[in-house]
Amino acid sequence: MEKIELTRNPFIKTALKSRYPQLAVFIVMLVGYIFAILAGLVGTPVGSHNFSIVFVWIAWWAILILVAVPFFGRGWCAVCPIPLPGEWLQRGAILAPPDKKPKWLNRRWPRALRNIWLQNISFLLLALFSSVLLTTPNITGIVLAAMLFAAIGLSIVFERRSFCRYLCPVGGFIGLYSQTAPLELRIKDKKVCAACEGKPCYNGSAEGYGCPWDVFPGGLTKNSYCGLCMECIRTCPFDNIAVNARPFSADLAKPSARMDEAFKAFIMLGSAMIYAGVLLGPWGTLKDAAYNVGTTAWFIYAAVFLSVIFIVMPSFFALCVTRFENIDRFKKRFATLSTALIPLGLMFWVAFSLSFVLTNASYILASLSDPLGLGWNLFGTANLAWQPMLTSILAPGQTLALVGGLIWSGRTAQKAAKEATVSPVPVIVYCFIVTLAMLWLLI
Amino acid sequence: MKRSELLSRILVVAGMLLAVGAPLIFWTRTPLIHARMADTGGWNPDILQAEVGKPLELHFTSDDVVHGFAVGQLDMEAVDVEPGKVTDVTLTFDKPGTYTFYCTRWCGVNHWRMRGTIEVSGLDVDSETTPTVPLYVTLGIDIDAPHEANAIPENRPSAVRGQQLAASLDISQFSSPDFYRANSPYQIFEGLNSTDLTDTEKWDVVAYIWQSNTTVDALANGRELYAQNCVACHGESGEGNGVFADDLAAAGEASMQSMNGSMDMAMQTPADFTDTSCMLGASLALLEGKILRGGMGTGMPMWGSIFTEKQIQDLIAYLYSFQFEYQR
Repeated sequence: MEKIELTRNPFIKTALKSRYPQLAVFIVMLVGYIFAILAGLVGTPVGSHNFSIVFVWIAWWAILILVAVPFFGRGWCAVCPIPLPGEWLQRGAILAPPDKKPKWLNRRWPRALRNIWLQNISFLLLALFSSVLLTTPNITGIVLAAMLFAAIGLSIVFERRSFCRYLCPVGGFIGLYSQTAPLELRIKDKKVCAACEGKPCYNGSAEGYGCPWDVFPGGLTKNSYCGLCMECIRTCPFDNIAVNARPFSADLAKPSARMDEAFKAFIMLGSAMIYAGVLLGPWGTLKDAAYNVGTTAWFIYAAVFLSVIFIVMPSFFALCVTRFENIDRFKKRFATLSTALIPLGLMFWVAFSLSFVLTNASYILASLSDPLGLGWNLFGTANLAWQPMLTSILAPGQTLALVGGLIWSGRTAQKAAKEATVSPVPVIVYCFIVTLAMLWLLI
Repeated sequence: MKRSELLSRILVVAGMLLAVGAPLIFWTRTPLIHARMADTGGWNPDILQAEVGKPLELHFTSDDVVHGFAVGQLDMEAVDVEPGKVTDVTLTFDKPGTYTFYCTRWCGVNHWRMRGTIEVSGLDVDSETTPTVPLYVTLGIDIDAPHEANAIPENRPSAVRGQQLAASLDISQFSSPDFYRANSPYQIFEGLNSTDLTDTEKWDVVAYIWQSNTTVDALANGRELYAQNCVACHGESGEGNGVFADDLAAAGEASMQSMNGSMDMAMQTPADFTDTSCMLGASLALLEGKILRGGMGTGMPMWGSIFTEKQIQDLIAYLYSFQFEYQR
């Protein structure tokens, strides 16, 4: 399938080039985000009736993992309100660049941290506390506020969107899975970029800001670190930036060989499996251990969680790298082969999310009418009883997602194995075993 | 600054202020009474003010599990207080005083601690009312003293058989309400020693006397009160084996607090109403005292501020039915 340049459509192009549509969405999202923080802090502590829990962990999560990431990659990052206040401070303007730029520290992000290890850690920190985070509104409120203030703080000290690029716990996995999305932002002609003086897409101009994600669009080969902010479309003087529709998982044909990204794949795969066991499984002791943060049981749970992700799963996967010449080549092959886990991990999360989203979606309407639990009934839906939805299609849907993910990973493994000059069979067997385990956990 | 930039800034700031201000304003203007399990706070606030004759509007919400709300000594239906939802209640008081409100749902082992007070001020319309002294105080009964019967029936005494036997006896001295309230079944049994009845027959007559001092409606009311308020500890069958019995024993002294420290406040196993010796040795006045005052740190709540005299009597009538076979 050929790429389709969506920005050829004048309506799409105008909408992306103008700052106003994006700003309108930003404002709505920011209002919702801050409302979620306040709802978490002052609303009912009953999670199932609090806007912060219902809209963040059910509605937003469902949209993110079932729609935004699979179909739009970093589409969420394009409208995420977290960077807006900090970026306003950093730039001194909300719209086009001002005549006079504010004098913040504007430092470069430390070289040693220019990877996604911090995002891996921030995700794991939330993951270890997830049972409490997902059910306790004030904890959710505090975490959301902390992310907003962290983004503001980092905008003052560092250049561009350092929080989004290097720290955001969500941004890390969105970037990983955005490689599978059928949407990309790319340049049209390399020669135009090579000849371009000043590189305004990276350095900024009077038309717009230099790439907030610290990416030179001319060198983009995968979606991972392009936040789809559309700033380069506004700054490119040669109209050389396009948004394209493309086949799924196009980026995975050129596997990454980075260990931080490889471990992100393990973190996401392992977390989906552990979540399926803890949140959806029938094991009360496991749930108690995950929920009772600070107890001995929780420390054991955390140790097991981290061991599964950092030791057990990677160790078995290492057996798939059947050729060993030296440690550097081994690591490169290991990271390259781990690309096969990306589609599988995404579909694990789709299958897992289907379960709790369909189970809890009825809370959305109730919470919409009474978001703070103050006894309102704004839309007449406050007293709707909890009712699992589409239960008849849940198990088939999950099975389809997992089997589809396995097939998708198998095809990706063939390409990655070719790149790593090893056999794809061990990787496919590995994917098959973890898929069976996930099927057992979910169904 | 360009007009578009200024407008954008105004919109962003207005949006942020709206998102922060709206919840805070509505939150502060909606005073809710929060219900939590006693271990994590109980009612908040737990002291309310009201005036005689003026409707008191209350808005309850639960922060954890389903609770219930009712006011003791007041003729009102208990209402459920559900997690995350708001329950509205309007109360009007006829008399000044301090009323106790309490949780009516078994929400945890310390459920009975979920109480609060409503201080009602104003003039007493019925100024003739004088507080009554409980019968156990008038009679000087030590409600903590052992009260076992020295003799117990071999089989469950039958009020039906007792009624047939009583037809040929003069039992008027035993069957008056005052006598019934002040004496235990065993005392009546002993009082029947002057008759020619066998022990079994005497117990049957005692059962009849107890039945004649209650009604079917009172027993039904007592059963309902028992199911709502007692069964979680004392058990459906009255054997002291309710679902919380083990928890109470496990909680032990650690869950209790007193002026003298915790050592004298150890929880006790709930009373067994099928214990024939204890029940037949207890008068209505004694049982009334136990219910009114509570177990003083044993885990048995004080019900004096909650049940009316009639409710307590109905409840005790039902408790005796664990011993006697009444006519259906």
